[in-house]
Amino acid sequence: MISEKNYTKSQLIFLLTLRFAIGWHVLYEGISKVINPQWTSADFLHESQGILSGFAKWILSNADLLATIDVLNAWGLVLIGLALIFGFLFKPAAIIGSILIFIYYLSVPPLVGYEYTLPSDGSNLIINRTLIEAIALFGLALFPTNRIFGLDHFFQSHFKKRTKNG
Amino acid sequence: MDEQDKGIKEEKNMPTSDATEKTPKDISRRNALKALAGIPVAGLFGFELSRKINYDKNRRSRIVQELGLDKMDFSIPDYGKDEARDIIRIGIIGFGRRAEQLSAGLGFMHPDEVERRTNNNTLRSWLEQENLNVAITGICDVFDLHAQRGLEVANNNLRDGASKLPIKRYRTYQDMLADKDIDAVIISTPDHHHGFMAIDATKAGKHVYLEKSVAHTEEELNELYHTVKNSHITFQLGHQITQSTVFKQAKEIIDKNVLGKITLIETTSNRNTAEGAWIRHLDADGNPKPGDEKSIDWMQWLGNTPYVPFSIDRFYNWTKWFAYDTGLIGQLFTHEFDAVNQLLRIGIPKSVSSSGGIYYWKDNREMPDSLHCVFEYPDKDLTLLYSGNLASSRSRGRVFMGHDASMELGNNIKITVDRNSTQYQKGIASGLIDTSEPMLSFNPGAGQIDAVTSASERYYADRGLTNTVIGGRQVDVTHLHLREWLNCIRENKTPSAHIDVAYEEGIACLMAHRSYLEKRQVFWDEVNRKII
Repeated sequence: MISEKNYTKSQLIFLLTLRFAIGWHVLYEGISKVINPQWTSADFLHESQGILSGFAKWILSNADLLATIDVLNAWGLVLIGLALIFGFLFKPAAIIGSILIFIYYLSVPPLVGYEYTLPSDGSNLIINRTLIEAIALFGLALFPTNRIFGLDHFFQSHFKKRTKNG
Repeated sequence: MDEQDKGIKEEKNMPTSDATEKTPKDISRRNALKALAGIPVAGLFGFELSRKINYDKNRRSRIVQELGLDKMDFSIPDYGKDEARDIIRIGIIGFGRRAEQLSAGLGFMHPDEVERRTNNNTLRSWLEQENLNVAITGICDVFDLHAQRGLEVANNNLRDGASKLPIKRYRTYQDMLADKDIDAVIISTPDHHHGFMAIDATKAGKHVYLEKSVAHTEEELNELYHTVKNSHITFQLGHQITQSTVFKQAKEIIDKNVLGKITLIETTSNRNTAEGAWIRHLDADGNPKPGDEKSIDWMQWLGNTPYVPFSIDRFYNWTKWFAYDTGLIGQLFTHEFDAVNQLLRIGIPKSVSSSGGIYYWKDNREMPDSLHCVFEYPDKDLTLLYSGNLASSRSRGRVFMGHDASMELGNNIKITVDRNSTQYQKGIASGLIDTSEPMLSFNPGAGQIDAVTSASERYYADRGLTNTVIGGRQVDVTHLHLREWLNCIRENKTPSAHIDVAYEEGIACLMAHRSYLEKRQVFWDEVNRKII
């Protein structure tokens, strides 16, 4: 099994850089939504096509639900971003984060025949940066660095000590 | 594996020369430090974030200050004060689709519609509406089915449920006007009835809320104008658009000369559906809508228009014929003119030339489906353009073009600074102002969903014709417009869409229509006050 003790220095540097970069991006995505009172996911959801478009319409049909989703989404991103940067509850954060980003991808996938009115980032065919970020974040969960460079180190030690003593 | 083992194993991968000399305590401390690696990253993030927030705030406030827009407040301070007032008894003449919306604005809705809106979660904003203290006590419609529907709506008040006052159906509008138990009337019939009904209502001493367009002929318009001018009634034309918060913002922006000298205003209508092209005699499943000679008083429906045999097509799709309407001008340009006139008070144009044709909806219609009108205001150094098309829904917006900036006005406002502006020359040169994209946008509705569904409704919403936001709450602008009318009746004041603006709009529309019919430029004779 791969564990963080087997990484070379350059592997560790790469994994950490990737972790901090994604953490930074996710955190800012969250914070920019939290601090902008005008932000709403409605515009994004209006665009939705493909398998999640029904889900998006359902959210849009209910003002209270939309407001709840907006709050959960923005704060979820903030917490996931912080968790990635600090290496705290890293694995669940990385897995939940990658699923969340994958949902964004599935809401507006750049499949052949799907046209969107909001401008897209670059030229995409099936694969876009959102999907790549989801994959990369999932990869980070498989190559964890949190027990060396993260608060999970303390919690794990604490937990280990307690189980040892107990 | 315990903590120490882990530390040692990990150390193997770290190329430190003195790793073997470290004590377990050192290693443990070192590991603890490594575990905090996220802190500098988070610190850097926090630092950059505060820089970004300050930068944005600074930039925004500098732009807003530069434009003089830092003090704008558009709340309606007394909205929602639920004070008890004398009930105004309203009669509605013509109970079609528009009358249902007007009734909702007054606080009345059909039980079926209440159920539908409960199910799709769009009822709340209606329930939060201010109590206007009115009763719908009379319904007049030539179609039994519509009259019946009207009676059911009138009997379902948002607050009280069933009406405490009796609700009467009147067979003719004259019967309604003769009844002293009606204080005010709302006229929402097809357009060919508007003028003379409003004249008769004014003469009968009833307050009038008249849907656009104002009048179908110049003679009728003149008579209406003089009748209302010489009366004590409160007249309001049904242009709810100015009740929207964005219009108040737009007014402020223009008054503060943010746009510089405005010499061109471009207004458009962009629709591409059968319903939008006034083909409305079929229901959603393609079956003919109800109505026949037994249930419709056809002679009364025709009014003063030339006799034609009963036609369900004409009954539902009257906008297609010149006898009953002026088409794009009467149905859609009226809103555009009102929007511009309320902001700039441009009044009656010096000349109008229109052209167009029936290019797509080649049915039995007379009305053009593509129409373009140029209104000249040489005294004001201004041209107003209108371009309406019923076979393309490409959104072309409503744009006020000034020397310093242009303003696109719909359900929000977008201001883009002109790259050759004089006023903002410094700001552009210093990089504070970017001319490649809208510099400012006001969107009071952000964070709210609009409860609109069909393409036509979406169209109206985009043009600020349905809802606005006051204090974070969605409010129906028709409700606000009716509220203004009722408040003016009670306080003997003049509402925003008063008879003078109605007259200006009526003349501008009749000029545009005549220009299309006569295929020539028509002029306004200011001295004799007539179209030539």
